[in-house]
Amino acid sequence: MIDWLSDLAFWIVFAGILFALRRQRIFWTVGALALLLFFNQFFTPGFFHLQVLDGHLYGSRIDVLNQGAKVMLLSLGMVLVIATGGVDLSVGAVMAIAAAVSSRLLVTQHQPPGVAIAVALAISVLAGAWNGLLVAGFGIQPIVATLVLMVAGRGIAQLITEGQIINFLDPTMVYLGNGHLFGLPFTLTLVVVMLLLAHFLVRRTALGLFIESVGDNDEASRYSGINAKQVKFLVYTFSGLCAGLAGLVACSNIKSADANNIGLYLELDAILAVVVGGTSLQGGRFYLVGAVIGGLFIQTLTTTFYAKNVSSDIAPVPKALVIIAVCLLQSEVFRTRATRILGPLQKLLNPISPSLHRQQPTIARHDSPEP
Amino acid sequence: MPTPLLEITGLSKSFPGVKALDAVDLIVPAGEIHGLMGENGAGKSTLIKVLTGVFPRDAGVTRLSGQVVAPSSPREAEALGVSTVYQEVNLIPHLSVAENICIGRQPTRLGTIRWGAIAKRARAALARLDLSLDVNRQLSSYSIAIQQMVAIARALDISAKLLILDEPTSSLDKSEVEELFKKLRILRQDGLGIIFITHFLDQVYEITDSITVLRNGCRVGCFSTKELPRINLVAHMIGKTLRQTEALEHTRASTATIRSDAPMLEARALGKKGSIQPLDLDIRPGEVVGLAGLLGSGRTETARLLFGVDHPDQGTIRINGHPARLRSPRSAIRYRIALTPEDRKVAGVIPNLTIRENIILALQASRGSWRRLSLPEQEKLADKFIQSLAIKTPSREQVVRNLSGGNQQKVLLARWLATEPKLFILDEPTRGIDVGAKAEIEKLIQSLRQDGLAVLFISSELEEVVRQSQRVVVLRDRRKVDELTEAAISEEAIMQSIASHSMERPEA
Repeated sequence: MIDWLSDLAFWIVFAGILFALRRQRIFWTVGALALLLFFNQFFTPGFFHLQVLDGHLYGSRIDVLNQGAKVMLLSLGMVLVIATGGVDLSVGAVMAIAAAVSSRLLVTQHQPPGVAIAVALAISVLAGAWNGLLVAGFGIQPIVATLVLMVAGRGIAQLITEGQIINFLDPTMVYLGNGHLFGLPFTLTLVVVMLLLAHFLVRRTALGLFIESVGDNDEASRYSGINAKQVKFLVYTFSGLCAGLAGLVACSNIKSADANNIGLYLELDAILAVVVGGTSLQGGRFYLVGAVIGGLFIQTLTTTFYAKNVSSDIAPVPKALVIIAVCLLQSEVFRTRATRILGPLQKLLNPISPSLHRQQPTIARHDSPEP
Repeated sequence: MPTPLLEITGLSKSFPGVKALDAVDLIVPAGEIHGLMGENGAGKSTLIKVLTGVFPRDAGVTRLSGQVVAPSSPREAEALGVSTVYQEVNLIPHLSVAENICIGRQPTRLGTIRWGAIAKRARAALARLDLSLDVNRQLSSYSIAIQQMVAIARALDISAKLLILDEPTSSLDKSEVEELFKKLRILRQDGLGIIFITHFLDQVYEITDSITVLRNGCRVGCFSTKELPRINLVAHMIGKTLRQTEALEHTRASTATIRSDAPMLEARALGKKGSIQPLDLDIRPGEVVGLAGLLGSGRTETARLLFGVDHPDQGTIRINGHPARLRSPRSAIRYRIALTPEDRKVAGVIPNLTIRENIILALQASRGSWRRLSLPEQEKLADKFIQSLAIKTPSREQVVRNLSGGNQQKVLLARWLATEPKLFILDEPTRGIDVGAKAEIEKLIQSLRQDGLAVLFISSELEEVVRQSQRVVVLRDRRKVDELTEAAISEEAIMQSIASHSMERPEA
C-alpha cells in the first residue's frame, strides 16, 4: 500500500518534470529514462521497492543512483570536451590511475586519507592537463592525443600498484563510494556538487559561451578574440578532475584498487551518456544536465539487465539497441520521417516541434532553409 | 512556338512560417542562357532545389521537353538531364581531374575500375568545353576557375539538357569569368538550356538572353535582357524606388572627416614571405582606405597581417604612434582593431549560436570569461544592433545559420561595433549579399567614418571602392603597385594601374 502510494507520487513528480521540459532539448533524454523506468515498474518485480534501514534508503532506484555516479561524473567532464569538438578517451585509464595512487598512498605509504585523495585528484588533473597540452598546445587530434593516455594510463596504474590489487578498509575512503548523506548515497551529493560546480564554471562565467563557440566554429572564434587554446586546455583538465573523482568512487565501491578493471570501457559509457543527453559529437551546443541524465539512463539500463538476469556477455547487444532507439528519437530527420508515416500520432510523437518550428526563419528574406 | 526545354508552372513551396515560392512560372527554351535574379531570400535557391529534387514541392508542374517530371532527388534530376553546379565547388581536391569527373559513375569491368575509360571519358567531357587538361593531374593543382569548369564538365558528362549554375563566378576574377563565359556560349550553341544565377549585374547583361526576376517567393516577370534597362532590373529586384541606390551613386566620399594627419595605423615595409611583399600603409582616423586588386593580389593577406592572424616576417606596425606587435587576433583586438573576414562561413559566424550570442562574442572575449555580461546586458546590446542595423529576424534568439547572407554580415558588423573599434578592417563586406543590404552596409561605413573610425575597405567591386574610399591602395601579384588619392580615384585609374603593371610580368 505504502509502496503503491510512493510509486504514484514518483510518477506524478516525473510527469510534472517531463511536462516542464516539453520544449527543451533534454525532453527526449528524460523521456527515455521515463520509458525505461515505466518498463521496470511493470516487468521487473521489486525494482521500485524502497526500504529504509538505519535511516538510509535502499532499493534498485537508489542503487542506480549510486552505481551511476561514476558515469555521471565522467559525463560532466566529457560533455564539455565534446562541446569543443573533441573527445576524451583516457577517462577510464585516469580512473585507474587515481584509484592506484590513492590506495597506494593509503595502504603502502600509510598516508592519511585526505592526503591520498588530494594527491590522487591532483594527479588526475595533471593527466587531464597533459591531454589538454597535446590537443590545444600541439594541435594533435583529440582522439589520438587521448588514446595515448588511454593505452598508457593502465600501464602507469599497474606500475603504481606494482601489479597488485590493493585492498583497503580506511573508513573515509570506504565512505566515498558506500556512505550515506541525508539518507541517500554520498555519491549522489558528489554528483550534485560537481554538477553545480560545472554549471557555475560554464554558465555563470562566459566560459560556456566560449566552449560552444569554439566547438561550433573554431576559426571564427579565434577571429573573435577567443583564446581557443585556453578553452580547450581547461575542458580537458576539468575532464581529468572528473575522471579522478570517478576513480576514487570506483575503488571505494569495491574497497580495492584493481588497475586492470577500474573504469574499464567507462569512457565509452560516458560518451554515450553525453550523446543520449542531447549533445552532438560535432561540438557546439552542450547540455550539462542532459549528460548527467544520460549517465543515469545508461546505468538504469545496465541495472535493468542485471535485474532481468541478462548475462553480462550479451547485455551489450540489447543495450546498443536501446541506445540507437534513443538517438533516433533525438534525430530531427528521423522524427520528421516517422511523423510523416504516423501522421495521426504527430502531436504525440513530436511535442517539441512547435518550438523548433518557431525557430525556423519566419522572415521574408531567408535563404534556403535547412532541409 | 516549339516546346520549351523547361517549363515550370505554378510552383509553390512553403516552409514552416514562410511561403518560399508562390505559384512561380519559369520558361527556359533550349539554346538560351536564362538569368535568375532576385535578392537574397527571393526564392532562387529554393526554386533550384525544388527543380532538382532536393525539396519536395507543394504544388506546380515541371515539364522537361514537354514531359511532366517530378524528380525526388538530385540523382534522379541528373538522370533526367538537369545538372547543377553550386556556388562552392563540390569536388574533391585531392583526386585527379578524371576521377572528379567520373566519380560515382566509374566505368567498371568485373567490379574493377577501367582507368583508361575514365581518362577517355573525362577528356571527352572537357573537350565539349573546348578545354584540354592533363586529366591525371590532381584537381587542386589547377586554379579555382579551372576547377569550376571541371565541375561544369562533370555536370555535362551525363548528357545534360539543362545546366544550372548557382553563383558560378563569385570566386573568379575578371579574366576567369571571361573564360567561363566563352565556354557557356559554346554550350548555348550546342542547344543546352542554361539557368544562370548571380549577384553581378554586369555579368547578367553580358551573358544572358532573358531574365526572370523573383521577389519574396513570387515571380515579378520574365524579360528579354536587351529590352530591360539596368535600373528597371534593380527596381524589380528590390521592389521599391531607387532612391536608396541612387543616393549612393551621388555620395562621393569627401576627405572632410579626416580628423588629423597622424595615422591611427602606420605600417612600414610590412611583409611576409609567400604572402605579401613589403608595403607601406597609413590609415588615419575618419578615413576610408580602399584596398583594390584582383583576386589573389594580396588584399586578404594584408588584412590578415594587420589583424594578427598571420605574422609578418619583416617591417613594423605603429598604432597611434607607438610600435605594436600583433601576435594574434586577441592582441589586435586589444589595440581596438576589428575585422570582418572575407569568408563569412569559415571565419565569421558561429552558425549554431543565436544572434545575441554572436553579437556579444567579441566583446565578451575581450572582457574574459570571468566578467560575464549579464543576460539583460546581452539582450540590450543585441536589441540595439538588431534595430540600428535593421537585422531582419523574428527574434534575437534566432540561430544565425537561418539568416540570409546580408543579415549574417550585419550580425558580424554588430559583433565588432559592440567592441567600439578604432580601426575597422572590412574584407569583402558586401560579397554575396543583396542590393538593399549592400546599400545599408555602405551607408554604415560612411557613418563610421564620420564618427572618426579608421576603415580599411577591401572589395572586388571597383565601383564600390571608388565610392567609399578617400584613398585607394592598389595591389597586384602580392605587391603594392599604386596609391591613389581623392580626385585621382576612379575605376579607370585603378584598372589602369592594375593593367599597366601587369605588362611587366605575364599573368601567372
